[in-house]
Amino acid sequence: MYLATTGRRPDAPSRPRTGAGRRVPGTVLALGAVSLVTDVSSEMVTAVLPLYLVLGLGLSPLQFGFLDGLFNGATALVRLLGGRLADRGGGRHKAVAGAGYLLSALSRLGLLLAGGAATGIAAALAADRLGKGVRTAPRDALISLSTPPADLGRAFGVHRAMDTTGALLGPLAAFAVLWAAADAYDAVFVVSFATGLLGVLVLVLFVRDGAGAGTPAGPAARADRPTVRQLLREPALRRITGAAALLGAATVGDSFLYLLLQRVLGLPPEVFPLLPLGSAACYLLLAVPAGRLADRTGRRAPFLAGHLALLAGYLLLLVPAGWATLALVLVLLGVFYAATDGVLMALAGPVLPAAGRAGALAVVQTGQALARLVGAAGFGAAWTWWGTRPALAAAALALAAALLAARRVLPEGKVS
Amino acid sequence: MTTVDRPGAVGQDGTAADEAAGWRFPVWRSVVLGVALLALLGGSLGYVLHARERGGAHREVAADASFALDRPGLYYRDAASGRVAREGGPVGGPSCERFYAGGERALCLRALPGTPVRTEAVVYDREFTRLQSVVVPGVPNRARVSASGNLLSWTAFAVGDSYAVSGFSTRTSVLDLRSGYLIKSIEDIPLTVDGVRYHAADVNYWGVGFAADDNRFYATVSTRGRTHLVEGDLAGWSARTLRENVECPSLSPDGTRLAFKKKVSDDPAAPWRLYVLDLADLREHPLAETRSVDDQAAWLDGDTLGYALPAGSGRGSDLWTVPADGTGAPALRVPGASSPVAVRT
Repeated sequence: MYLATTGRRPDAPSRPRTGAGRRVPGTVLALGAVSLVTDVSSEMVTAVLPLYLVLGLGLSPLQFGFLDGLFNGATALVRLLGGRLADRGGGRHKAVAGAGYLLSALSRLGLLLAGGAATGIAAALAADRLGKGVRTAPRDALISLSTPPADLGRAFGVHRAMDTTGALLGPLAAFAVLWAAADAYDAVFVVSFATGLLGVLVLVLFVRDGAGAGTPAGPAARADRPTVRQLLREPALRRITGAAALLGAATVGDSFLYLLLQRVLGLPPEVFPLLPLGSAACYLLLAVPAGRLADRTGRRAPFLAGHLALLAGYLLLLVPAGWATLALVLVLLGVFYAATDGVLMALAGPVLPAAGRAGALAVVQTGQALARLVGAAGFGAAWTWWGTRPALAAAALALAAALLAARRVLPEGKVS
Repeated sequence: MTTVDRPGAVGQDGTAADEAAGWRFPVWRSVVLGVALLALLGGSLGYVLHARERGGAHREVAADASFALDRPGLYYRDAASGRVAREGGPVGGPSCERFYAGGERALCLRALPGTPVRTEAVVYDREFTRLQSVVVPGVPNRARVSASGNLLSWTAFAVGDSYAVSGFSTRTSVLDLRSGYLIKSIEDIPLTVDGVRYHAADVNYWGVGFAADDNRFYATVSTRGRTHLVEGDLAGWSARTLRENVECPSLSPDGTRLAFKKKVSDDPAAPWRLYVLDLADLREHPLAETRSVDDQAAWLDGDTLGYALPAGSGRGSDLWTVPADGTGAPALRVPGASSPVAVRT
């Protein structure tokens, strides 16, 4: 199953336009709109949750940290389940993704109804994470199945840009609601719930299921649906997952980078919450151009270049030079995400069997996510035992080594 | 939503066949979406206005002109109004999330509206004239004033700068009113752990309590997943750990004992128990309160501790007292209250 055999349907007519004028499929734009609206909904809650739990309900920071971290690791594994369910019966991507979106939307009502009960809040947060885990792989499979392989980088770029827009708007929306509702947190949950429902509705009304949009339809697809074990025997999937995991294990985690920036440059604590906004804005601007570049050059080069940008960020932090360092590191982090996040899906999509697309993408994402957890934990330990600079130098070395290895392992991902 | 309504964007799967067949605006779907949008918008707006009408959360209220720390007694934060009150008296103080007082000064921590969360620490005199205020990032967490009123300290619980997956981070400030000097974060103080100078990125301080000399202080320091009781010297700018597993120390009026919360269980629902540590021989004993207390206990006199416990209703908290010598039983002192402080004249 390689690009040459599965990437292009022999009956696909030639595209009417090429280059910048080419359209992104409607399903991708609709999915982007769903992600945008959903991210507004979820980031609204994220912005007020600490205040609500600690001040509104009197939870201790310890309990809050426990609740917050409780299901983070589980999300990665739920993705495999979501991917597997979505592939069932020749493509139930829309139904599974929709269930995930709906579960997250309903979790806001759970927060509202839980009142002060910690178990209720924990259940609501668990439902939110479960929904997020379940929907990711079928959503990305839908994007990859409804887009001609040669345009995948751009399609994922558009989707990720819309997604990030939602993430940036969420806290603003929360701020507006708190202002209008005289600091009533429950109003934020209600508005977030309504926004979440709207996202589900856009999905139901405007997204076409993967079955009709590129999967080799019919009962044959059903029989061909590979299990996770069979997927893992697929050499392309193993190579992509291996490379993504290797690189993931060599990344130190965003919060570490922000913390390092703050420590190394002595930033005032007021600036700290703004740092992620800087890199997100950069990601937003670069996601589409990076995706288009990936379509043109093959996806391996931008993916590796993105990690090279991250490596440059590490090195910059080793020789700090004030505000220039701050700006550069944030830009480099944005470049890293723009050139890797959607691009990896665009790289993996066409190489993987259409009938098991969601499950296969879930394997790639889970491998990467678990490796990143390991990487962050390892860096945390290195920081504590060796101090900032040796830990950072070690991380840079590890990333450089992982890059060299990934360059050999990763398929090129060039389609046309 | 503009992306969805754009002609040519919706309802097609991007294949040329569809484009050749001509794209039609999805009328019915757009109508359904429009109606749903209006309904959800209306519902949200209605709820927001209802919440606003109801009074939202606690609005910031200044103290009534008649309210002052002029009488000895137990002062606390009234959960229903969010304002400072005196036991047996009116609810007339300013609105605070955390409150404490000592000597001629009172300290009030308030969460500023909006995101990200910031804490405003306001210094008042006994008549609640606003003297000074400092804004720090994070959620208000602990407030203390030295017995003389010269030193103030507060802890804000910072969200987002914790690098551990499930960790949290605190920032503790100390304000010296004699010099006006503000230490925004005491994390930089040279720390000695078990007699060895200690360096680590994950050092967190919280829950400061001051000694009568307006120089020595006790606090919790947390690093590598463990908490220590630390004794600090502000003038000498040094701190050393005395003992493990001690949080939120509170020094008795005579300076001989420390009340603190000790982690006795890994169950996140009930991890702590109140203890008192004798500073002379460093022996500790548990108090009669067996429930998990997450508060910096306050000495109401030389023999009694006051602290907040979550109310049975699930909302807010109640103020309880318990003898400091380990005898007796906990007693409900003021329902719907927190941040106890005994004001003397």
